[in-house]
Amino acid sequence: MTTTTLAVLVPLLPFLGAAAGLLLGRTAPGFARPLAVLPSVAALALAAVVAVRQGGGQAVDAATELTPTGSVPVELALHIDGFAALVAILVGLVATCVQIYSTGYLRHDPRYTSYAALVSLFTSAMLLVVYSGDLMVLLVGWEIMGICSYFLVGHYWETPEARAASIKAFLVTKLGDVPFLIGLFALAADTGSFRITKILGNVASGGLDHPTLIALLLLAGVAGKSAQFPLHTWLPDAMAGPTPVSALIHAATMVAAGVYFIARLLPVFTASAAALVVLAVMAAVTMAGSALAALAQDDIKRVLAYSTIGQLGYMTGALAVGDRGAAVFHLLAHGAFKALLFLAAGVIIHAAGTNSLAAMSRMKDLRARVPDAYWTMTVALLALAAIPPFSGFFSKESVLGAAEHAAVGHAESVPGAAGWIVLVSGLVTALLTAAYAMRLWLLAFHGHGTEAPDHGRQPVAMNSVLWLLALPSLAFGLATGVLPDWFDGRDLTPTLTTAVLGTGVALVGGIVTYGAWRHTTAMAGRVPLGAVAAHPDADGGLVEAEAIASHEPAYGNVASAPDPADPGRLLLGPLHRHAAVGFHLDAVYAALFVRPVQAAATLVRFLDREVVDTYVRGAGALPRWLGAAVRRAQTGNLQTYVSALLAGTVVLVVAALLVATAGA
Amino acid sequence: MHLAYPAVLSALLFATGLYGVLARRNAILVLMSVELMLNAVNLNLVAFDVWLSKTARDTLHSGQALTLFTIAIAAAEIGIGLAIVLAVHRNRGTADIDRLRDTAEPGNDDPDDDSDDDSDGSGSTRSEPAEKAEATA
Amino acid sequence: MSPAAATVSAAQATTTAAETHGFLSPTGVEIAFLLVGLVTFGAAVVTVTTKQLVHAALWLVVALGGLAVEYLLLTAEFIAWVQVLIYVGSVVVLLLFGLMLTRAPIGRSPDADSGNRWVALAVAIAAAAALVWVVVDAFRTTWIDLDGAAAGSTAVTGASLFQSWVLPFEALSVLLLAALVGAIVLSRKTKARTQAQEAAGGTTTASPLRPPSPGPDATRSAVRGAARSDARSDKEGAR
Repeated sequence: MTTTTLAVLVPLLPFLGAAAGLLLGRTAPGFARPLAVLPSVAALALAAVVAVRQGGGQAVDAATELTPTGSVPVELALHIDGFAALVAILVGLVATCVQIYSTGYLRHDPRYTSYAALVSLFTSAMLLVVYSGDLMVLLVGWEIMGICSYFLVGHYWETPEARAASIKAFLVTKLGDVPFLIGLFALAADTGSFRITKILGNVASGGLDHPTLIALLLLAGVAGKSAQFPLHTWLPDAMAGPTPVSALIHAATMVAAGVYFIARLLPVFTASAAALVVLAVMAAVTMAGSALAALAQDDIKRVLAYSTIGQLGYMTGALAVGDRGAAVFHLLAHGAFKALLFLAAGVIIHAAGTNSLAAMSRMKDLRARVPDAYWTMTVALLALAAIPPFSGFFSKESVLGAAEHAAVGHAESVPGAAGWIVLVSGLVTALLTAAYAMRLWLLAFHGHGTEAPDHGRQPVAMNSVLWLLALPSLAFGLATGVLPDWFDGRDLTPTLTTAVLGTGVALVGGIVTYGAWRHTTAMAGRVPLGAVAAHPDADGGLVEAEAIASHEPAYGNVASAPDPADPGRLLLGPLHRHAAVGFHLDAVYAALFVRPVQAAATLVRFLDREVVDTYVRGAGALPRWLGAAVRRAQTGNLQTYVSALLAGTVVLVVAALLVATAGA
Repeated sequence: MHLAYPAVLSALLFATGLYGVLARRNAILVLMSVELMLNAVNLNLVAFDVWLSKTARDTLHSGQALTLFTIAIAAAEIGIGLAIVLAVHRNRGTADIDRLRDTAEPGNDDPDDDSDDDSDGSGSTRSEPAEKAEATA
Repeated sequence: MSPAAATVSAAQATTTAAETHGFLSPTGVEIAFLLVGLVTFGAAVVTVTTKQLVHAALWLVVALGGLAVEYLLLTAEFIAWVQVLIYVGSVVVLLLFGLMLTRAPIGRSPDADSGNRWVALAVAIAAAAALVWVVVDAFRTTWIDLDGAAAGSTAVTGASLFQSWVLPFEALSVLLLAALVGAIVLSRKTKARTQAQEAAGGTTTASPLRPPSPGPDATRSAVRGAARSDARSDKEGAR
């Protein structure tokens, strides 16, 4: 088979798996698991074959136009360069791991078939986005991911948190998607094509008339999808979905789609210095703010969610300094270790019976209950904190190196201000990242107090996946030397300055947090806290759903807990209160958008009820009165009927006679 | 004889019968009025038959034949009609036409009719199932 | 003027008798016809307006008898006697039976007319006015020649009936048979059902449909008798 055929099969197989799963889910439940896992595995294998054949060389391009669609043609096009090939492997790998993990995590779930089918559909859509060479086709995959995210976040729709979170995720991402769509049209209007290759060729020859406008419009969609400030608020709430969904969608793949999109169209963005500065500021605010918020969260998955936002900030930062190789490198490394973190967090939640770090810090020997999760999560946290030699170190250093490169003015067409912004915020975030990673590790695994509840051995399907994902977290750094061949050819090895700086601040962050923890951990015993959902026999999904649902009643807030033994509270000081609620951004949104919209809806409802309906009622009243009058005639008295009949007959006869004799 | 005499008499008798059909309450009186109307027609038929048999040398005497047929049919009609009236009277306890209002629009609130219905309400409500049984028998 | 008048004028052209009569030259027959007609019309009016139901039937006898006299005056003697036999002899008797079986009140009944009477009056007067206007307008110059052989003698009528009209005559007998069967069916059905009811329900079927007078059995037998007399007199009428 040609590379093109293989590449077409990559998104197609999970799609067929999803369709078959949805169709057969009720009639043949036994097929659900094979139908979920096998297409993902096959897609992963095919993506690997495509990547080997492409080999980082000339990009594979293929296109076919199904039907003429007006002024700007829409084509089914493939565009596979090194970025696409590697990202597709990442998507396939994470999707496969998630599908395998889900067979254990949701093994008793009654809606497993639809869940697995939606995950497959989502995988298919993401692969479509990755391989697509046409922006309209890319948009199709983009929106399918959005709707899949909506359904999967709302998987536990029995809980109000999940319902609210799914609607919020949908609306916020749509808020970004509307300008995104307009931006795509503007781009096509300027360049005369939706094909990425043509657009890039056009941009290279300076054919873009409104680069800043287009870049900012596209940026809105990217911010929504990749959870960048100010449209990031949906991502922490989306943790109300099952853990595998968080791992797949909200850590490794979907949120990476925005970054990937900018990486593909980077020349469009670098054409506008203003857009790059905006991108850099956005990345900086996102990075620093989310890291602070992560330090204050109590729900283990929300810590990871804010961490995801921060790492995505690194990627957009790398793009802001014009280095897409570094961005995609970090995307790949982050995808692997963040998926691992989420999946391990799912194991921990199942074992501990709670998602609250405060409650976990009051459990003894949790790490002995889940040794696999303990070791793999340690690896992933080290990678997250960018400690050498784990993969996160290399990818993050490549970002910081690119920022330094731009800051000192070596990068053409990138303003130095963007470089400085990214570099400084990146270093600050490195410090904070190490701090919250340390806090998470200490609170989760080094608690004191009562024995952790025994939930038995975790399923092999879940543990094996953790080790599979631990491999790239450990060793992906080795690829640093090879990756430039696949990417733009720019060097990705860490420079000495940033490596020393970055590792140094990370170590400082970790050690300070450890000190704070030593200081506060004694208090943990004095303040009992925590609620545990104990279901030794149930699967992880049920435990997690109950834990999410019980967090607010137990701790007073869905995000934080009043725990004086929390080192994050000591470190953040007065800032903790604001960081715990995401710096009140939700409240600002409520004041700025939600309440005006609700007021407008009330007004419209009033107008509809009182004004429009009056006309409708008036239109109905006249026929009703006529009908009532006619009804009164139906007395049932035959003589009345016959009288009317004969009177009419007489009138007609007389009229006929008069008409007939009028001429005589 | 002037042809207008029988013709006018027939018209007047017809109108009288018409009034009876429309105004009488008892079903048997309505049947009597129907007989009046039929006889008015008969008178017309006979008068015109006599006129045509003389004037147009008509030997078919269709008017008289039709008159005989009408009389026979009227006899049959009165027999069947009376049987129906008796069956209704047996079931409903009344032979008053304006109380047989099963086809009335439900919820029709004519005060006069309501008082009428109430006066024999027991009879009419009790007869409902019986009437249905008869319909299915 | 009117189309009726136009068609009749053609017939009028053929008749030569028209000139021999003055417009207002009443002969004896005409005077008799008018007087009897007045009586007939009066009796008919009383029939439809009287408040005594039995009187209405008796006034109907007068009206129908008056019509028989009119037939005689029109030289249709066979029709006249048939009228007397069937209408006066059987139909009115049937109606009287019906009045009795439905327990019509003897004496004045104030609610003999329904509330529809004013509408009915208006319709009837309108119909009468229209008919009289048309008829007078059409036939004001037409006379019937009653001299010569009677147009409706028994011989003439019988000849035409059994020569030209024999097939409809026989078909009419089938109609009468159908009416006979229908009357019997209408009467018998109730009897069969009440018997089945008594057999099935025993004493519990305390006749939910009959008004509470003389007792179910008496009423039922009366009804049965009425049905039989219906059928019988119907047969008589047909002959």
